[in-house]
Amino acid sequence: MCNSELRGIENSLPSFNQAGIRPVAISVDSPQESRDLMQKAGYTFTFLSDPNAELIRRYDLLHQGAGENGRDIARPAEFLVDRTGTVRWVNLTENYFVRARPETILEQGKLLQ
Amino acid sequence: MNVRTLNWPLWVGFLLTLVAGFSYIAVFVRYPVTRDFPWVNLLLFLVAAVFLWKGIRRGFGRDRAHPVRSKILTSIFATLGIAVIALFLFSYFVVARWLPASTGAPHVGQKLPEFTLSDTNGRQVSLNELLSAPVNGQPPKGVLLVFYRGYW
Repeated sequence: MCNSELRGIENSLPSFNQAGIRPVAISVDSPQESRDLMQKAGYTFTFLSDPNAELIRRYDLLHQGAGENGRDIARPAEFLVDRTGTVRWVNLTENYFVRARPETILEQGKLLQ
Repeated sequence: MNVRTLNWPLWVGFLLTLVAGFSYIAVFVRYPVTRDFPWVNLLLFLVAAVFLWKGIRRGFGRDRAHPVRSKILTSIFATLGIAVIALFLFSYFVVARWLPASTGAPHVGQKLPEFTLSDTNGRQVSLNELLSAPVNGQPPKGVLLVFYRGYW
């Protein structure tokens, strides 16, 4: 499921590049697991690991026990941040199956200075 | 069982519920237009429900060659088919909404709290670095952070 969203970003990578926006995926996966996923799915953008969900907890994005074997994971969330590090757009979906579309994010990206 | 006694609407209906359910996970979830709202699958379920209804009427009809067997089979597979439909509706409309409210998440206008995380090569990468390393040969205009559940 999450692959549907990541796949969309990968497919729109030329547009993100052109817009000067760097997509970064973050999950509780270890670097090795992320590397496997990138290889298997052909993702080429940046993947970061938060294995103990420290950042995820700090950003109040923790979905307790929702992962495999009751592991704490991140709820789906997207943040668009401008070059000063200020949040310009947030998407905290209310339904796991509804995700931000690349077109929507790129539209928001046009508003960045 | 020959063609005349075969309760084909029941079987078509039952198989269609399986197709409708699995095709969301296998196919339609990949495309935002059929993912964000599962209209293709709901349509398939609707067609399946019509066949199931016809199958139930046929299975409980008076002209069955083996009335008892027909009623039992019809009951079992109609129930299973309805269960598949219910499970899908419950998963999409109820379970998928069991997400934390995240009221304390960074909001628009706020400076995103700095972080440092490991990339896939084990290198420590900071938000600052993500905001300054060039994209397409130029300083980036922004960074998109996508939090996702993880590999499974």
